[in-house]
Amino acid sequence: MNRRLVLMLCVLALAALPAFNALPADHPLHVPDFLVSVVGKWICYAILALAIDLAWGYAGILSLGHGAFFALGGYAIGMHLMRLIGPRGVYGHPVLPDFMVFLGYTELPWYWLGFDWFAFAFLMALVVPGLLALVVGWLAFRSRITGVYLSIITQAMTYALMLAFFRNDMGFGGNNGFTDFKELLGMPLNTGATRAVLFYASLVTLVLVFWGCAHLTQTKLGRVLTAIRDAESRTRFLGYNVTRHKLFVFVLSAMIAGLAGALYVPQVGIINPSEFSPGNSIEAVVWVAFGGRGTLVGAVLGAFSVNALKTWLTSVAPDLWLIVLGLLFVIVTLLLPKGLIGLLRRRGS
Amino acid sequence: MTSQGLYVDGVTVTFDGFRALNNLSLLVEPGELRAVIGPNGAGKTTMMDVITGKTRPDTGIVRFAARDLTKLDEAAIATLGIGRKFQKPTVFDALTVFENLELALKAPRGPIACLRWVLSGVARARIEATMEQIGLAARREDLAGLLSHGQRQWLEIGMLLMQEPELLLVDEPVAGMTDHETEQTAALLRGIAGTRSVVVVEHDLEFVRALDCRVTVLHEGSVLSEGSITHVQADPRVIEVYLGR
Repeated sequence: MNRRLVLMLCVLALAALPAFNALPADHPLHVPDFLVSVVGKWICYAILALAIDLAWGYAGILSLGHGAFFALGGYAIGMHLMRLIGPRGVYGHPVLPDFMVFLGYTELPWYWLGFDWFAFAFLMALVVPGLLALVVGWLAFRSRITGVYLSIITQAMTYALMLAFFRNDMGFGGNNGFTDFKELLGMPLNTGATRAVLFYASLVTLVLVFWGCAHLTQTKLGRVLTAIRDAESRTRFLGYNVTRHKLFVFVLSAMIAGLAGALYVPQVGIINPSEFSPGNSIEAVVWVAFGGRGTLVGAVLGAFSVNALKTWLTSVAPDLWLIVLGLLFVIVTLLLPKGLIGLLRRRGS
Repeated sequence: MTSQGLYVDGVTVTFDGFRALNNLSLLVEPGELRAVIGPNGAGKTTMMDVITGKTRPDTGIVRFAARDLTKLDEAAIATLGIGRKFQKPTVFDALTVFENLELALKAPRGPIACLRWVLSGVARARIEATMEQIGLAARREDLAGLLSHGQRQWLEIGMLLMQEPELLLVDEPVAGMTDHETEQTAALLRGIAGTRSVVVVEHDLEFVRALDCRVTVLHEGSVLSEGSITHVQADPRVIEVYLGR
């Protein structure tokens, strides 16, 4: 069947969820609230998976620190949500968030300035991950650090950020992070209508990011990235400045991850340093590997299927999840090098 | 010294005390076809590495078109008009013959330029012409990974030609080729020289004879003998270290 048609049907099926949620609770087609928020989360994960796939599947940059870019995007929008609480906090301070009052801050730190504007916070959700990727990527790619060494450096990066964000005097709420959000863009959070708006915003973003990545991989840049992935030094001898190409895709990928994080946090209502934990980044790589790296559909499919499995398994047998995750990775590596998508395509042909 | 062509003078490269190149000097004229032969470890590949910027010489001068190559990195040297064909064919297996040549085509190389790249009619014609020249026109939409060994070598030579190099370095092009493929490769390289300099590093003396050009014999990192194939084959020092074995 036509691939594009299948994709459109999938998007339509997802888009129908909040609409069915709006039906009265006793209606047979009613979709419960939790399903809308859970699928909304998965959509954000799928955007993160696309970001990882763009860097790993196409350019061969296996980042095990993309969770950090995701978390930074989340923190940027979280700072805005904290500023919007205003005097409604427990301590009722007109400007300072609760945790700052508690820690004895007298005024807002300079790096919190500007976050009362949504546009600024949104911009920072892209710029901060992008800048971090630029610095880390520049240092690594310039020194021709590739493969497992790059993966280890990115792991260290997200781990270091986690430790830093755990510290109270960083000014980001320490290990409690941010929560108790009240509203976003004038919409009170925790209402069905806002949930639907955030869901659709995420879905539209997923479609746009997918379309953008699909377009990018069809250009000559996409072919250069494939060339770098398969034979980096050969590409260099062709006269391509490999460092610049890798940096370009790494920064772009980090910004997409930041965008995913920014959409995620208002939906889950909390962001704390555990989002930086190295395990999160590895899990996201497993989604892509499971779905099929190097294909955009595979990345999205992987994010949805692994997280669906996780949601189900952590409710019926929570202790098993990490074991299953590990097994999934082993099985995919040994038996399904092209992931679920590879399996489906083999069946199809 | 000359301002054109390739000029290598007094180049020494040491790896952990081992002298891979020892006061090597070499002059290749514009448009010249030159074969470089020598036993294993004679420094042939290191010489290529030095010219393409992969290895930095300890001492000595490497110039091409009046530019000091020892100060430039690989990408800059490639842009300057020096193309290198590696011993192992390294075409991009996941791309088609056409796409491989397109990537090699002389065009702006930056990420943004690649993102906005549109294939012009002129560029397409050049790719078509090169596919004819290397005999792969019929395989244009095939993935490079599906080509035979000889075809991959030709594709790689084609990729070098797309960069319109003034100097082409070719490392053991006929290793593993059938006799017929070897003949075709010699003809291809003879056809390429003339408009540009070509340096071929090779073991196969039959092939070198078919190239019908000036030959440089390397031994222990420096030039042992230079001249026509008949001349070097008659040189007693060459016979002793290389041909006589």
